[in-house]
Amino acid sequence: MAIWTMAESLGFRKRTEETFPSIAGDIPRGALTEIAGPVSSGRTSLLHSLLAGMTSRQEYCALLDAENTFHPESAAASGVRLSQVLWVRCGGNVEHALKAADMLAQGGGFGLVAIDLGDSPERAVRRIPLAAWFRMRHGVENTRTALVTVARAIHARSCSALKVELDRKHTFWRGQLPGGLLNGIEVAAHCTRNHQTQEHVFTARR
Amino acid sequence: MFACLHAPGNLALLLECAGHFSPLMEETSPDTVVFDVRGLRRMFGAEEQIAAAIARRLGIKAHLALAANPDAAVHAARGFSGTTIVPVGREAAMLAPLPLYLLGGSSEFARNLDLWGIRTFGEFAALPPLGVVARLGEEGDQLQRQASGAVQRQLRLRVDPLVFREERELEDSIDLLEPLLFLLSQMLHDVCERLRFHGRATNELRLRLKLERAADYTATLSLPVPMLNAKVLLKLLHLELTGRPPQAPAERLYLELVPVEPRTTQHGLFLPAAPEPEKLEITLARIRGLVGAANVGAPEILDTHRPDTFRMSMLTGSKETNVPLCPKLVLRRFRPPHPAKVWCTEQGKPARVFSPVGNGTVLTCAGPWHIAGDWWTAEAWDRQEWDVEISKLGVFRISRDNLRGVWALDGNYD
Repeated sequence: MAIWTMAESLGFRKRTEETFPSIAGDIPRGALTEIAGPVSSGRTSLLHSLLAGMTSRQEYCALLDAENTFHPESAAASGVRLSQVLWVRCGGNVEHALKAADMLAQGGGFGLVAIDLGDSPERAVRRIPLAAWFRMRHGVENTRTALVTVARAIHARSCSALKVELDRKHTFWRGQLPGGLLNGIEVAAHCTRNHQTQEHVFTARR
Repeated sequence: MFACLHAPGNLALLLECAGHFSPLMEETSPDTVVFDVRGLRRMFGAEEQIAAAIARRLGIKAHLALAANPDAAVHAARGFSGTTIVPVGREAAMLAPLPLYLLGGSSEFARNLDLWGIRTFGEFAALPPLGVVARLGEEGDQLQRQASGAVQRQLRLRVDPLVFREERELEDSIDLLEPLLFLLSQMLHDVCERLRFHGRATNELRLRLKLERAADYTATLSLPVPMLNAKVLLKLLHLELTGRPPQAPAERLYLELVPVEPRTTQHGLFLPAAPEPEKLEITLARIRGLVGAANVGAPEILDTHRPDTFRMSMLTGSKETNVPLCPKLVLRRFRPPHPAKVWCTEQGKPARVFSPVGNGTVLTCAGPWHIAGDWWTAEAWDRQEWDVEISKLGVFRISRDNLRGVWALDGNYD
């Protein structure tokens, strides 16, 4: 702090971090963000809203889909411009997803590089060494690319600048059942950044 | 001064010979070539020497004529055998004995002149011009001036189609990738230089290797944008050859780049950054080598009601829009769907689900949504879908295939 005070007195400015908005708070660019939660906790809804926001600003996105679970129709309904999303289907191979993410992060030019490990076996994801996360974080450092991972639990630990843990609180149904409609889910998001946690509650409706 | 070569069935030889003397040549017809020989006097001497040099170079029997204008040269070559030199100012006299059919023209024109008893160039040229125009119109006037050898016109220059091809025959066959790439690098640099010289880029690269005791190896790289960087093209070739190596040593290499207009882009200060096309193409080639070419691209939804139908296409840009931050509930699709066993209540509602994902009781369900299609083809489908909340598992979409009578977990809402 003392160093910065002296630097500011000399005319230097502290570098402001670039972010883009989301329902779960600002997502940092040039850093790793982890989205974690169990099945049906709104992880993919949040990811699709990030993709929609990015593509609406004419930025290109890449989605490394470890288990081929991306549903283009749902994404299009969420507002994602599919023509600006590079979808890489890794056929259940987590290693391929990480390698491809590393290549795309190094190549640059993407606004968002997302790795979807949401349905990958927990054992395989846990085996990813910390060095691999660090390497990917370094790949996007000082760039405008936001690196986002979706998984069941937090894995990158100190590598990630923002951790978003999601939990489904309620499921909404509409109309008389049966014959009614699944209307959406209410999600609680715990965002941890610099050891400070904020809670957001949002609803993902159909 | 123009020279005309006329020899039926030898167009390639005629063009080659004409190209040796002048770049300005006209392919008048499939058996006649006219070219400009002005300026050859200093090199060869008088017209007779020029004609002798052309005849020597040609090497086959052909009719050659030299005249002051292209049409006179063409008519003389077609009408007189051997070598003919039409002196300047004496075109009408030289061409006078030629038969009139050499002039061409419409069938009506030929019939009229035949009825009038006009048989030669000289007789036609001697007719009063005003009378010819009054009776035969503009065509008659033009042909009469040709018959008198007085038409001065520019050559309709022959433009060769631009072909950017390189081939190498090897003394010793190559079976290692590194020396093969070394040769391909040289060839690519040469072809790219030629492309640059002609102000072109390429969007397709074709490689053919003639292999020893094996079928030819071919590779075609289609590029999303026109490129001209030999290093990028070599890297793409390297990745292609690494992913799909030739099965035998190569003894001859053919490389061709398809020429297209170069890419012109207008960058803006406030436009968001996009991946560089050349860099992205190399990255995508690497990823394709990793996960397969069919698994990389931008998804495009097809116009059908069949669930989960899409195809992979190329990345393209779109206009800026406003999208609300509020997320929508989306489906994570299981590919292939997990087979499941479903117990139903008496009313037909799912009550309990057993699947590889887990087993559980259905807490709430919505459905069934009955959809079917393609019943007029062999790929008919008919299914009913339910949205179910399964205890301790989550919210899923399950479906029953009515044609096969089996249940499956299609995906989960997340």
